[in-house]
Amino acid sequence: MKKRMNRATGFLTFTAIIITGLITACSTQTANLNKAESPNDLHQWLLPATPPHPEGNAPTPERVELGKMLFFDPRLSRDKNMSCATCHNPSLGWADGLPKGRGFKSNELGRATPTVINTAYNSIQMWDGRKKDLEDQAMGPLQADVEMNTDFEHLFVWLNENSGYKAAFAKAYPGEPIAPETAAKAIASFERTVISNNSPFDAWIKGDKFAMTKQQIRGFKLFSDKEKADCAVCHSAPNFTDDGFHNIGLASFGEKDTDLGRFHQRPLRLMKGAFKTPTLRDIALTAPYFHDGSSNTLMDVVEHYANGGENKTNLSPNLSKIKLNQQEKEDLVAFLGALTSKNDLMTLPLLP
Amino acid sequence: MKKRSLLLFSIVTLLTTTHVIAETKEVSQKGKAFSQDKLTVKVGDSVNFRNDDPFFHNVFSLSDASMFDLGSYPKGESKSVTFDQAGTVEVECAIHPSMQMVVEVTP
Repeated sequence: MKKRMNRATGFLTFTAIIITGLITACSTQTANLNKAESPNDLHQWLLPATPPHPEGNAPTPERVELGKMLFFDPRLSRDKNMSCATCHNPSLGWADGLPKGRGFKSNELGRATPTVINTAYNSIQMWDGRKKDLEDQAMGPLQADVEMNTDFEHLFVWLNENSGYKAAFAKAYPGEPIAPETAAKAIASFERTVISNNSPFDAWIKGDKFAMTKQQIRGFKLFSDKEKADCAVCHSAPNFTDDGFHNIGLASFGEKDTDLGRFHQRPLRLMKGAFKTPTLRDIALTAPYFHDGSSNTLMDVVEHYANGGENKTNLSPNLSKIKLNQQEKEDLVAFLGALTSKNDLMTLPLLP
Repeated sequence: MKKRSLLLFSIVTLLTTTHVIAETKEVSQKGKAFSQDKLTVKVGDSVNFRNDDPFFHNVFSLSDASMFDLGSYPKGESKSVTFDQAGTVEVECAIHPSMQMVVEVTP
């Protein structure tokens, strides 16, 4: 009896130890960490030769040409006086040069007009990220009653009767109807041609050591130095944006009925007053700056970040005060000037 | 007497440990990506989200099966969430929304 008792005790104790051991092993199980970090070298700053596009809308010359006509056609708006290019003006860095956009009957909109430049590389669109891609975004300003306020029924009857547009749609999207979806795909295809990728900075990255001035090189070092300005923490490679959302401490966040930005899409405390990081490519062409257009110059912007923002409420945790002397600030501004590409002049389309 | 106590201890240990077979799985946030796109756990299991990037990340979910917001935290820190209900949980970083993964919670 005593022996049997001993055996039973021994067996149960052994089993308990094994199971406890197994549970401990499971609780500390580490999942495979199988995604590699991007290589931290200069070539990470070079954009892919062609931007990505969604399935079913591969770019063709016909699609781009149709999109260009639609983009520059003011007859798409209700008053027939506003095209996409009214706010996204190629002569003004594909923006409008205003602190905040102007819409239907010239009413002031809530935010600054974002540039079209390199939006082709964005993984998410709009200041608050409410659109996933350019196709999703393209009809937004037409639908908004405060922007182009388009009469869709009238517009698509007209487009279906216009022989020039009928031919262009048939070439671009054979077998598909002339409808908002195809118009959006064409506009998106055109926008994917608005690319900035041959700036002095790009030439310097590719090996032309004289493409940037010494001051601009100093500026880039500060820009990407984690111990100094570390602008690249958000304005990251290759498109100078992390496609992320940050409250950058603008004074306007403290105002009554302030714009809560990304919070409308993702109702989390962290997202109150957070807006999408814009690209810095061609940044010298797109003043004024920030989503509220509150900074007129790049030096103002650098000063803002050096101070760690103005309104510190709900400030992005990735932002902090930066110790920069005047020379370093000027170096940063000089570097930002090296991000402007020399592109061919835009020729305007004749509209059908 | 001593043997009986040991037997009793063994039985109690067995009962309690088999009752709470909950795992904690590790997920890393590195290179602006979660280390896995999809993870399957059981109800009662936890996932520990560790930030291995040199900047702040966030982890949240607004899924019906589990709503949580772990806030934001820097490199080297981690926070856990326990999944109490079966279902599909979409997990995202609010700061970097391209960081997404799915946790399948099975009964």
